[in-house]
Amino acid sequence: MMNLTLKIWRQKDANDKGKIVDYPISNISPDMSFLEMLDVLNQELIEKGEQPVAFDHDCREGICGTCSLYINGRAHGPETKITACQLHMRSFKDGDTIYIEPWRAKAFPVIKDLIVDRTSFDRIQQAGGFISVNTSGNTQDANAIPIEKENADKAFDAATCIGCGACVASCKNSSAMLFVSAKVSQFALLPQGQVEATDRVLNMVKQMDDEGFGNCTNTGACEVECPKGISLENIARMNREYLVASFKG
Amino acid sequence: MSGILNSSIGRKFAMALSALFLMIFLVMHVSINFTSVFSEELFNEMSHFMGTNPLVQGLMQPILIIGVIFHFVMGIILEAKNKSSRSIKYASNTASDNSTWVSRNMLLTGVVVLAFLGLHMYDFWVHEMTVKYVEGDMSGLIDPNNAESGFRYYEELREKFVSPVRVGIYVVAFVLLALHLLHGFNSAFQSIGANNKYVRSLNGFSKVYSIGIPALFIFIAVYHHFTH
Repeated sequence: MMNLTLKIWRQKDANDKGKIVDYPISNISPDMSFLEMLDVLNQELIEKGEQPVAFDHDCREGICGTCSLYINGRAHGPETKITACQLHMRSFKDGDTIYIEPWRAKAFPVIKDLIVDRTSFDRIQQAGGFISVNTSGNTQDANAIPIEKENADKAFDAATCIGCGACVASCKNSSAMLFVSAKVSQFALLPQGQVEATDRVLNMVKQMDDEGFGNCTNTGACEVECPKGISLENIARMNREYLVASFKG
Repeated sequence: MSGILNSSIGRKFAMALSALFLMIFLVMHVSINFTSVFSEELFNEMSHFMGTNPLVQGLMQPILIIGVIFHFVMGIILEAKNKSSRSIKYASNTASDNSTWVSRNMLLTGVVVLAFLGLHMYDFWVHEMTVKYVEGDMSGLIDPNNAESGFRYYEELREKFVSPVRVGIYVVAFVLLALHLLHGFNSAFQSIGANNKYVRSLNGFSKVYSIGIPALFIFIAVYHHFTH
């Protein structure tokens, strides 16, 4: 069992200034998940009549992209290619001090405590992260269209992005390039995505810029911290797509 | 195409193009400088050609100056936007776990290189412009009235590297340039959309270039300092 000191960002609402608050916590099993440890803390806070710590979570198995904690200076904590909900307390030692903060980015304003508003990602998706399908009855079966194995694999890899925002949180510029490039790439690599390719990349990049994300300076932090291992190759692909689309008009 | 420079990707593309141009310029610059190590005559002739050729002076030189200014100004614009993208900093942030120091400090290394460029321009360029275009001496000779006196470029170069302080500043500046290039070389290719097996095979070359070119500049300065 471990005894820990948690330093957690507490912020009542979007207008509150917020601050780091210390919470000592005892008898934490190394087999607990990180979020279960927070559940224990919240139970204690509720029993004491205090406000529990608000944090995002849903599937708790690394596929929904909801959990979004900056733990000890890293998105989703000290391990790689996992989300915060897949992190276990065995990654920490008895006596550790653990900083828990929300994603920090102008485009991800804090709603409460550790919960941030990530609807900027939704608006980027709405700007072009889809394929318009004519459902008149003449729709071609997607499986009837041959696709090169390499492209299919890369499109699938890009499509594994869960939109958690760890790329933005880790980037020193709060750039969303890895997220947007994954969403552009998953279509750019497939024949179904070609029809709307020009508008897609131009509109999604414009929306990304309008949301206030920073510029990519190719530090590669996003790729390292991405729980799904989305490759920087996608950013290069989006750069190509964007430049070609811009010159086409 | 309109407004491409208003987009984040367009700006990075322009930044990368100016960087690639400046990297090609560095190769040319160090190649000419290096001739001073083994041939005073060749260095003088090449310097005179570069200093008096109308194409170099009238076209290449202005493009180079614009390239440097553009690279710097765009770097500042991008950095300002990046700084404003995160108003509240993390209380705990271990960036060294996911990125290199050089990739996170391009502005710092770039500003030091720019400060050095100021000294460099004062040392050589301002002097050259004064002699050629203010005093009207395009001869390149030590004594413009004596054709036998020989070209002045080599002697002027040697003179600049007598001072250990100036050589020290050169060494520091080029170490910072090497750090700048260690990230900038690959970053430029990524920004223009080139990240494939062919470009990644340039990885080794990028390290050789990024360390080799500044090392040559340092060698030239140190060589002339100790052989003067």
